[in-house]
Amino acid sequence: MCETRGRGEPDVLPVEVQDRILSGNDRTARHNREHFAEKGLLAINLMGSPGAGKTAVLEATARALKGRLRLGALAGDLETDRDAQRLMRAGIPSLSITTGSACHLDAELVHRALHGFPAADLDVLFIENVGNLVCPAVYDLGQAANVVALSVTEGEDKPAKYPVMFRKADLVLLTKTDLLPHLPEIRLETIEDALSRVMPSPRLIPFSARTGAGLEAWLEWLEARQSAALRPAASPVTA
Amino acid sequence: MHEYSIVQALVERVEAEAARLGVAAVHRLRVRIGEASGVEIELLQTAYGVFRERTLCENAELSIVPVAARWQCPRCLAEIPRGSILRCPECAVPARLSAGDEIFLDRIEMEVANV
Repeated sequence: MCETRGRGEPDVLPVEVQDRILSGNDRTARHNREHFAEKGLLAINLMGSPGAGKTAVLEATARALKGRLRLGALAGDLETDRDAQRLMRAGIPSLSITTGSACHLDAELVHRALHGFPAADLDVLFIENVGNLVCPAVYDLGQAANVVALSVTEGEDKPAKYPVMFRKADLVLLTKTDLLPHLPEIRLETIEDALSRVMPSPRLIPFSARTGAGLEAWLEWLEARQSAALRPAASPVTA
Repeated sequence: MHEYSIVQALVERVEAEAARLGVAAVHRLRVRIGEASGVEIELLQTAYGVFRERTLCENAELSIVPVAARWQCPRCLAEIPRGSILRCPECAVPARLSAGDEIFLDRIEMEVANV
């Protein structure tokens, strides 16, 4: 396939690669996924803006489950291990992944963290991604499902502005709904409509970590996904 | 700005291919970036400009082919116009993104010494 450019001229060799640029990340993500499947562990990639209430969702989940499922968490942040500390106090064994300047977790960071983390006795592993509505959506970590926390104070236009993250979400938790009485301009139907234009199978649970609203629906979703994760990989799970 | 880490993966991939083929210089890379992939073409070009220094891609041009997002009904294959509800009005099934998610390295044009 060389195009000869004359004697003494270098040959330019076109090499057809036709592969995903992030194929290295995809490979590690597949490895993580196999590891989770072998252990019957449900891995959830929890994403959302900084301050959307991701950590509060996990704290409320641990309180409500009262040990019904054994939870663990990897918490990604640019700096500090405050989220992991909060989760530990809530009774969730947690490890912090400090990314430095990186705006997202990738499969390799998760893989490395797993090596130092006793995930064997867990039912659900939450991977709390770096607070960001853009970058985390691009990287597969090996998770079984993506959950996006969207707080009512972020505004109704977030799904339209950040379509990639919402397109990849299996579930959106609309957090801080206890604030809705103070936000007369925010309407649930508008958010649902915005989601249905970026998310092919929209699933939204209005949620408040403070009042416990939506907790039951969220736990039901979580437990259904967790029992699906226990089924052997050979029997395909149909939606 | 995940575009930097995309560029890093790109340059590493090119360097691996070059090492495999015993290549001395890289002339041109062609990538395809989908509109719905989450990668901004301008930012990718900027990140590439910064990152390629002192790599094998230092003098290689990056050509980026944009791919428009396209939603379709998986059953009747009807187009679902952008901005509309992502559900086929006829078949009542969720639409599928059939193009526009690409973060793809198409080809590398590399220089081999003429012996």
